[in-house]
Amino acid sequence: MLIYLIRRLIFVLPIALAVGVVCFSLVHIAPGDPLVSILPPDAPQTLVEQMRKSYGFDQPMPVQFGIWLGKVVTGDLGTSIATSRPVAGEIGKAVGNTLLLAMVATLIGFFFGCLFGFVAGYFRDSVIDRIAVTVSILGVSVPHYWLGMVLVICFSVLLPWLPATGAGPGSSADWRWDWEHMRHLILPAITMSVIPMGIITRTVRALVGDILSQEFVDALRAKGLTDGGIFRHVVKNAAPTALAVMGLQLGYLLGGSILIETVFSWPGTGFLLNSAIFQRDLPLLQGTILVLAMFFVAVNLVVDVVQTALDPRIKRG
Amino acid sequence: MNSPLVDIRDLRVKFSGQRTVHALNGVDIALSPGESLGILGESGSGKSVTLKAMLRLLPPRRTTVAGSIAVDGQDVLAMNADTLADYRGKTVSMIFQEPALALDPVYTLGHQIAESVIRHEGCDRATARQRALDMFERVRIPSPARRLDAYPHEMSGGMRQRAMIALALACRPKVLLADEPTTALDATVQIQILLLLRELQREMGMAMIFVTHDMGVAVEVSDRIAVMYGGRIVESGGVADVIKSPSHPYTRGLLASTVHGAMRGTRLEAIAGAPPSLATAPTGCSFAPRCRLATPACEGAVPPMVGVGPAHVARCIAVAPAAA
Repeated sequence: MLIYLIRRLIFVLPIALAVGVVCFSLVHIAPGDPLVSILPPDAPQTLVEQMRKSYGFDQPMPVQFGIWLGKVVTGDLGTSIATSRPVAGEIGKAVGNTLLLAMVATLIGFFFGCLFGFVAGYFRDSVIDRIAVTVSILGVSVPHYWLGMVLVICFSVLLPWLPATGAGPGSSADWRWDWEHMRHLILPAITMSVIPMGIITRTVRALVGDILSQEFVDALRAKGLTDGGIFRHVVKNAAPTALAVMGLQLGYLLGGSILIETVFSWPGTGFLLNSAIFQRDLPLLQGTILVLAMFFVAVNLVVDVVQTALDPRIKRG
Repeated sequence: MNSPLVDIRDLRVKFSGQRTVHALNGVDIALSPGESLGILGESGSGKSVTLKAMLRLLPPRRTTVAGSIAVDGQDVLAMNADTLADYRGKTVSMIFQEPALALDPVYTLGHQIAESVIRHEGCDRATARQRALDMFERVRIPSPARRLDAYPHEMSGGMRQRAMIALALACRPKVLLADEPTTALDATVQIQILLLLRELQREMGMAMIFVTHDMGVAVEVSDRIAVMYGGRIVESGGVADVIKSPSHPYTRGLLASTVHGAMRGTRLEAIAGAPPSLATAPTGCSFAPRCRLATPACEGAVPPMVGVGPAHVARCIAVAPAAA
């Protein structure tokens, strides 16, 4: 198992490098001069050149990449053009908030997804099954920024129960596990959980249906197991795939929460990314994309390892 | 006369759904303790359905079961869920055709056997594991202690089937059902498994119902043979009687179409036609459309069982009953 882990970690390196190249070049391919946003339109040409030099934008692209990569490896993601603060610090704060939101949303989605999926899979073609399938299709299809706004209208505007924006009272961005902060988490987390819930419901339903139709379930009945005993076997057979899907969803939510974080003004990476794009803040943009991409890689790695640990049929070689 | 261990009377099974299939159309089986019955028949003749009905493993929503099944004095069809679960694996257990599919792929073999023992005997894990180890030794799995921690996919087909037998016998059932347990195996492994099964069955004094489409296999493991066709038993008797003097035209056809005992250079005889569809319950002899001896009377009514020898019966109006 240890050797397997080390091998998997080594495999991550080329992926990480490729991610770095894509991040770096994507931002440079994008149109727009980053300096435009911080300099007044009538700035003298000499000042523009000076600024260009100080940010290193005058160097050839590969050299820029080398310098950037060297700094990234040591944890220096550069300085934000818009705020002049270190990018790493900005992202660090945002990452905590995003992780919190995405994890809570994934857990909610996973819990209800498994619940609906198991019930639907067990009672295939029943009324409960149809309801679960309908809910899951709705969950996957409804645009979540729209759902977010509807929830805000219902529970913040019409019924003033929950706050619509922010991650805490006032403009506090430091999370604490108290009711004042948790109230802010409820609406965005529910909005965000709808997609993984739909996908996990469908996955688990198909899995359970497939497992129950296999002969070993008959064999388990034949040896006298009750429904409870058979349920344990179904769970262990379904777990590797269900967890893999959950992990991938967590990865997507970490990166794809821009819309939801913007709707709820949640101070996470998506929100940060949004403002970085609008302010043409290249270092911040690169840093955020890189961190999100690395998260995705890391989540995939964890999923693979967990799956290998759970399913004896996957070779550890 | 004491009642038999297994007493199945006029068992009828109908599957409904997109297509209706009358899988069993009146099956009678009586089995004494320690006796081994081989059920012989082609695909779709109802062999496996009979076994599954005995454990009530047929999908309840699509299946209509009529008749009666009594095992060890208990009415199987009347059991509630709890009694049924106690009965399965303890009184009657089953070996499946394809052990690779019948074992849970994500649990170790030791766990799966111990689980069954704990379920029926309520003992602790260590005792159950010891029992699993004993069973592995009895089915002669090499280095049994290590194999207990193996997963099904880590074993060869023959070893998997040995493990499946160990699982089925772990709670010392009174009746063992074997559903073509050697069909998925190599010929050399097949005979080992057959001999092992026969030996264990005698040692443990179990009754056994062994389903197969292979005449040679049926002869190897059975005291008595029942031949099934179209959801009915068409002939049954002692192994020697059925093989040496087959009475039903279908049994004769089966014997004529095997390689055993055929002269080199002569053509094997095949039974013309195809098995019946069973979409409707047969009102006459199901074999009549393929039978050379068929007369209009064959289609008129289901032929009764006729005694053709001591404890040897056939369901055919063309055979002469033995002199009383």
